[in-house]
Amino acid sequence: MSNQIFRDHETDLAHCAKWWTGRIAIYGALILWAVICLFPIYWTLTTSFKMAPDVMKGNMIPWVDFTPQWKGWEAIGLSPDALGRESTARAEFLKRFGNSAIIALSASTLAVVLGSLAAYGLSRFSYRFGFMKNDDISFFFLSQLILPPVVLALPFLVLYKELALLDTRIGLILLYTLTVLPIVIWIMKDQFSTIPTELEEAAMVDGLGIWGAFFTIILPIALPGMVAAFILSLVLTWNEYFFAALLTSTHANTLPVMVASQTGSQGISWWSMAALSFAAILPLIIIGVALERFIIKGMAAGAVK
Amino acid sequence: MSGSDHLHVVTSDEIGEGLKRLGRFLVWGTAGLLALVALAQTAQALGWRDFGFTTWRPTLYAYCLWATALCWSQVIIRGEQGKRTLFVLPAALFVISLTVFPLLFGLTIAFSSWNLSSPTGRSFNGLANLRQMWTDPFYWNALGNMVWYVLAIIVEYAIAFGLALLLNAQIRARKFFRVAFLLPLMLSPVAVSWMIGKSMLEARFGPISRLARWLGVENPAFFETPWMAKATIMVLDAWTFIPFMMIMLLAGLQAIPKELTEAAKVDGARGWKAFWEVTFPLMLPVSVTAILIRIIFKLKLADIVINITSGGPGGATDTVTSFIFREYRERSNVGYGTMLAMVYLVLIVIFMTVLMKWAGRYTRPRT
Repeated sequence: MSNQIFRDHETDLAHCAKWWTGRIAIYGALILWAVICLFPIYWTLTTSFKMAPDVMKGNMIPWVDFTPQWKGWEAIGLSPDALGRESTARAEFLKRFGNSAIIALSASTLAVVLGSLAAYGLSRFSYRFGFMKNDDISFFFLSQLILPPVVLALPFLVLYKELALLDTRIGLILLYTLTVLPIVIWIMKDQFSTIPTELEEAAMVDGLGIWGAFFTIILPIALPGMVAAFILSLVLTWNEYFFAALLTSTHANTLPVMVASQTGSQGISWWSMAALSFAAILPLIIIGVALERFIIKGMAAGAVK
Repeated sequence: MSGSDHLHVVTSDEIGEGLKRLGRFLVWGTAGLLALVALAQTAQALGWRDFGFTTWRPTLYAYCLWATALCWSQVIIRGEQGKRTLFVLPAALFVISLTVFPLLFGLTIAFSSWNLSSPTGRSFNGLANLRQMWTDPFYWNALGNMVWYVLAIIVEYAIAFGLALLLNAQIRARKFFRVAFLLPLMLSPVAVSWMIGKSMLEARFGPISRLARWLGVENPAFFETPWMAKATIMVLDAWTFIPFMMIMLLAGLQAIPKELTEAAKVDGARGWKAFWEVTFPLMLPVSVTAILIRIIFKLKLADIVINITSGGPGGATDTVTSFIFREYRERSNVGYGTMLAMVYLVLIVIFMTVLMKWAGRYTRPRT
């Protein structure tokens, strides 16, 4: 039995070893980067359950290093025993959360509606507004991407003051729509250009108008692209801080502004900050995990021609 | 985007004179209304006569009405052609009214001295803001920082490319890694600046400081010295945005036809050689697009700087945006801040135009 008849050749064995080191290197790198990506989230989540000494000692593993407490979540009124009670902190948090949700959702919806229509028009018909043809119009829309928010911020501040739109949700919704519109148009143009024009031609022969064909034939096909554009807009608008910090003060504050305003005051209470931050990022983590495929689709749209 | 793939529809539109007149009446009528309201409000603002307006809202409403009438009249006057215009017109009107007007308005602000907190209001001061900017060391410092921040994209690109290659390799649990790698992009910069900048990099007990101490660094301080602070901001920003480039590059990698890489393999290209001579050139257009978009986003960098260092130490981490933000927050100096922003915009437009012209050579796919 000790004599093997068939054995791997020396070179094959070497190859095998090389393959294994390659595997280990690849998985090592992957796991390392996954840790880099996930550890901050883990740290925030665990810190929100820590007491002061746990934070100072740098304990990390719950139930082993420290016993989880609801202290951080209590501070924003979201711990199990605080849920039953009236809580001003929770009301405050929910108000900001609601503001963020309403603003992000409406701005993304508006951007997807306006952007899809424009992208469809630009990919199907030839226009001529004065000297501008299709390519110029597309460039006009996309060039808005370059515009840094700071250029618009101060004029808008003054304009909104005159229009009594300062510190209102509508004001932020309009601005956010503007900032994500170029991205939506980019994704949707890419999406529509993959749909053959024969589809509409057939629909029109059958008696549908342009808008009828768009709504009944094209829209269902382009829906995945629209979802991708919508989610990407949602991520960008939910996280936006700069305009929100400048243009809101008490009524229309969004979550990022709330998170940012906590940091300076009265010695940092790490646990409640962690709870607040985690509550602010949780919706997007859920969206990211559940709808990852759409986000990737959206971002890849412009990359590959 | 040549005309060949456009939709061609020939319709016979018989639009009566009455309808056309109605359409024109709608546009000009609402335009007249807009002019009237605007005039009345201007008159009040200048103190000629009091109409009892408290805000400029009526003008805004009149403008919205006019915009709606303009869209509607397109269909009435031009029939089928107008229906096509209706696809683009709302978005175009929206963008024009929200960028062109504020930009023009911003220009007038930029050449004036205007402190929002002072009661005197706006006063035209010509080129004084420009002169002040010329001698403002902090603004030039912020611009210089932007150069460094943009240069950091090269490293980000290398890492993103590496990660994209890893994800494109034959691996298990690909979906898990993809989601994990994507997550930093979803997090709000403000939360990130707290989670990492304030908490994990805390000098005494932050886990990263602990790690640094364990690795033998005496007193880990990430925001004390100018270069260290700048590097930390770069790393933080990279952390959130590497996934973005990674996804674009991954899409590019997956679009490379299998036959090409296999043919290269048959021809004896292995490892580095295959990468440099086959994959990398094929990826050039995607890479350039990804880097250009990344640069655009990088030029807007502000949130984490505002929240972690507010520009310090000594302006070492300042970006143009965060500098103007503080300029406004601390001195409510709208006029000077707008001038700085306008100059920044001009610089960006020049820079991006040159860059895109230069990059245009690489973005065209080679055959």
